[in-house]
Amino acid sequence: MKNLLIKNAVIVNRDGRQTGDLLVRDGLIEAIGEGLPAEGCEVIDARGAYLLPGLVDLHCHLRDPGYEYKEDIFSGTRAAAAGGFTSVLCMANTKPVNDCAAITRYIVEKAQAAGYCKVYPYGAVTKGLEGKELAEMGDMREAGAVAFSDDGAPVDNTRLMEAALLYAGRFDGYIAVHPEDRSLTADGVMNRGVTATVLGLPGISRAAEEGPIARDLILAEENRARVHICHISTAGCVDLIRSAKARGVRVTCETTPHYLTLDDTACEGYDVNAKVAPPLRTPADQEALIQGLLDGTIDAIATDHAPHHIDDKVGEFLTAAKGISGFETAFASCYTRLVKGGFLTLEQLVEKMCWNPARIANIPGGELKAGAIADMFLADGEDWTVDAQRFYSKGRNTPLDGKTLSGRVLMTFQDGRIVHQREEF
Amino acid sequence: MALKRKDLLGLRDITRGEIEEILKTAETMKKVVVGPNKKTSHLQGKSIVTLFYENSTRTRLSFELASKYMSAVAANIAASSSSVKKGETLIDTAQTIDSMGTDVIIMRHPMSGAPHIMAQHVRSSVINAGDGTNEHPTQGLLDMLTIQEKKGGFEGLKVAIVGDVVHSRVARSDVFGLTRMGARVVLAGPPTLLPAPGCELPGAEYAPTVEEAVEDADVVMALRIQLERQKKGLFPSVREYARFFEIDPKMLSLAKPDAFVMHPGPINRGVEISSYVANSDRSVINEQVTNGVAVRMALLYLLTRRDA
Repeated sequence: MKNLLIKNAVIVNRDGRQTGDLLVRDGLIEAIGEGLPAEGCEVIDARGAYLLPGLVDLHCHLRDPGYEYKEDIFSGTRAAAAGGFTSVLCMANTKPVNDCAAITRYIVEKAQAAGYCKVYPYGAVTKGLEGKELAEMGDMREAGAVAFSDDGAPVDNTRLMEAALLYAGRFDGYIAVHPEDRSLTADGVMNRGVTATVLGLPGISRAAEEGPIARDLILAEENRARVHICHISTAGCVDLIRSAKARGVRVTCETTPHYLTLDDTACEGYDVNAKVAPPLRTPADQEALIQGLLDGTIDAIATDHAPHHIDDKVGEFLTAAKGISGFETAFASCYTRLVKGGFLTLEQLVEKMCWNPARIANIPGGELKAGAIADMFLADGEDWTVDAQRFYSKGRNTPLDGKTLSGRVLMTFQDGRIVHQREEF
Repeated sequence: MALKRKDLLGLRDITRGEIEEILKTAETMKKVVVGPNKKTSHLQGKSIVTLFYENSTRTRLSFELASKYMSAVAANIAASSSSVKKGETLIDTAQTIDSMGTDVIIMRHPMSGAPHIMAQHVRSSVINAGDGTNEHPTQGLLDMLTIQEKKGGFEGLKVAIVGDVVHSRVARSDVFGLTRMGARVVLAGPPTLLPAPGCELPGAEYAPTVEEAVEDADVVMALRIQLERQKKGLFPSVREYARFFEIDPKMLSLAKPDAFVMHPGPINRGVEISSYVANSDRSVINEQVTNGVAVRMALLYLLTRRDA
C-alpha cells in the first residue's frame, strides 16, 4: 500500500489545531508535522482545508437486512463516507432483527466488503424487539456488536430493563435507550404545542420522553450500571441527565443535528420530512441542548440517520414514516449552527462528533496523532445547497432539501484510503 | 366577484375581505335555497366531485345539492367503494380524478392535512370538507353566516364554544374565522378535551367552567361529543358529562337574554345539548343547515369563477 501525505492542512483535534502535514503508512498515522518528506507517497494538497478525525456516529439505521429498498449497507456506508463518517453504530431494527450473532456477523462482513466505513452493530436487547426475553447479548458481543438497544421499540417492562442493564455489563457492553412512553405518545405525530394545535395534529408531550429517562437513570444508579440515552430533544431531558451525572450515575447521552437546528414549525404545511421521533421541539429546547453540549451534560451528537423510501414518506402526515436521512447533512448542520453560530469551537465539535462517541462505544478513532488509525476527513467552511436527489443515501427524506448550509466534506479517508471525494475538490 | 385562491383548505389563512365576499354571496344564494325555483345556471358546465373518506350525511348532501341547484355536473365517491380499498395512494387517487376534467374536488378525510397534500397535486380547486382534527372551513363559514344574520355582525360579540374542543375541526375553523372578524371566542369543556396548557389555540380565550364561558355570551355553541372518547379514558361517563358540560336551560340562562344556540350536528340529545334547548326557539340548528347549502353554493361559484 502506498503511503499518503496530506499537505497544508489545518489539523484539528479536540484539544487544539496545528497547520501542517500528516503522513499515513499502512493505514496508520505515521507523523504529523511541517514539511514532511513526500518521497514514495501519494500527495494530497489540502490547500488550507481542515483535516478532522473521522466522524463517529453512535446512532444510525442502515436498514439491511430486510429493508434494502430504503437503504442497504453499501448505499448507507457510502452516504456515511460522503458525510465524513468513518465509524457508525447501526440499530438492530432490521428484518430479521439483529438479535443473534448470525445477523450481527452478516452486517459486519457486508460492511467490510463495502469498505466505505466501519460499521459496529447494536444488538437487540430483547428477542425480536418484543420486550419479552433478553436476546443473546454475549454471543452478539463476540460477533462484533458493541452495545445493545431496542431503539424505537423501547423496553417498557421495568424489571426486564433492569435485567438488561445488569446483564450487558458482564460483556463490557451497555444499553442505549430510546426514551419513549408509548402510552403517552399514543397517536401523536409531532411536538405537543401551539403549532400542533393550529395544524390539528395530535401532539407528543415532553413527559413521553422525560418520564422513561427518569426511570432508566434511577435503574442505572441503583444497579451501578452504564446507560446511554439516545437523541434527547427537550430541556427537561438535559436537566434530568445533568443532575444524574452530578450524582455520579454512569450515564452518557447524545442529541442530533435536527434537534439542535430545527423546531416544530418545520411541520407547517404538513411536511412529512419533518416527522421524526422524538419530535422536533422548540427554540428554547435548542438553547438548552446547546447549553448541555457546552457544560458536558450532552456527550455526543449522533445523526439518527433514518432513511426512508419515497413511498413511505409521501401523503398523509399521520401515516408517513418517522425519521430523517442525516448522514450527508450532519456535519454541515452542526458546523453552521454551532461553529459558525459561535457556540462551539471546531475543537469542541470534534469532541462531540469524534472523540466522545468513540470513547462511549469503546472503538478506535476520534483523534489524529501518531499511531492512531488514519480515519479522517477534509472539510472547509464554504456554503453549499442541499440537494437530496444527489444524496448517496437511498433516503432522500430531509427537511433541509434546498437549504444552504456552511461546511463541505471534501474528502474522507478510511484507514488511509480515499473513500469519498467531493466532485469540486 | 371571484376569489383569487385556488383552494379553500381552512380559515386559518383566510382574509377578512374573503370572508366578507363569501358571506355576501351566500346571502344571495340563500334566496335560491329557500325560494320556489332551485335551479340557476351559475355552475353550468362545471364538474364537481365529492371525495369522502369518512361517512357523512349532511355535509355531503349539502355540497351535492349546492352543486345541483347551480346546474353543475356532480358526482360522489365514497372511499369505501373506490380504489382506495385496493391500496391506491391519496395522491394517485387525486390525480386520477383530476385527469377526468374536474373543476372542484370536495374532500373529507380522517387525517389532518390530507386536503393540503391533495391540493398540491391537482389542477382542480380543492375544498376541505373536514380533515381529521384540523379544520372544517365550510362549517365555520355557515356558522358565521348564521351569526351575521342574527346579530348583524361580529365585532365585540362573545361566542362560547363548549365541549370536545381538542378533537373538533369545527371549533378550529370557527375560532380562526370569528376572531379574524373581531368576535371574542371563549372555549370551555373538560380539561381532557381542551388543548393542553401552553398549547392553546392562539386568538381564543379559555374559561375554567362552562358557566363562565356562557355567562353574558351572545352565541353559545355546543360541540358533538364522540362517545368513543369515554373508552379512551377522556371522561368518566355520559351522565357526568351531561351534568357539568351540557347546554341545558339553566346553563343557557347565564347567557344574554337574546343569545342563541348553535350545534354543528348531528346532536347527542341529553349529552352535550338538552332537548329543551335544541327544540326551543333559541336554537338555530336547522337554519345552520340551510345556511350550509347557501355558503357552499357561494364558495363553489366564487372558486370556479377564478379563471373567468
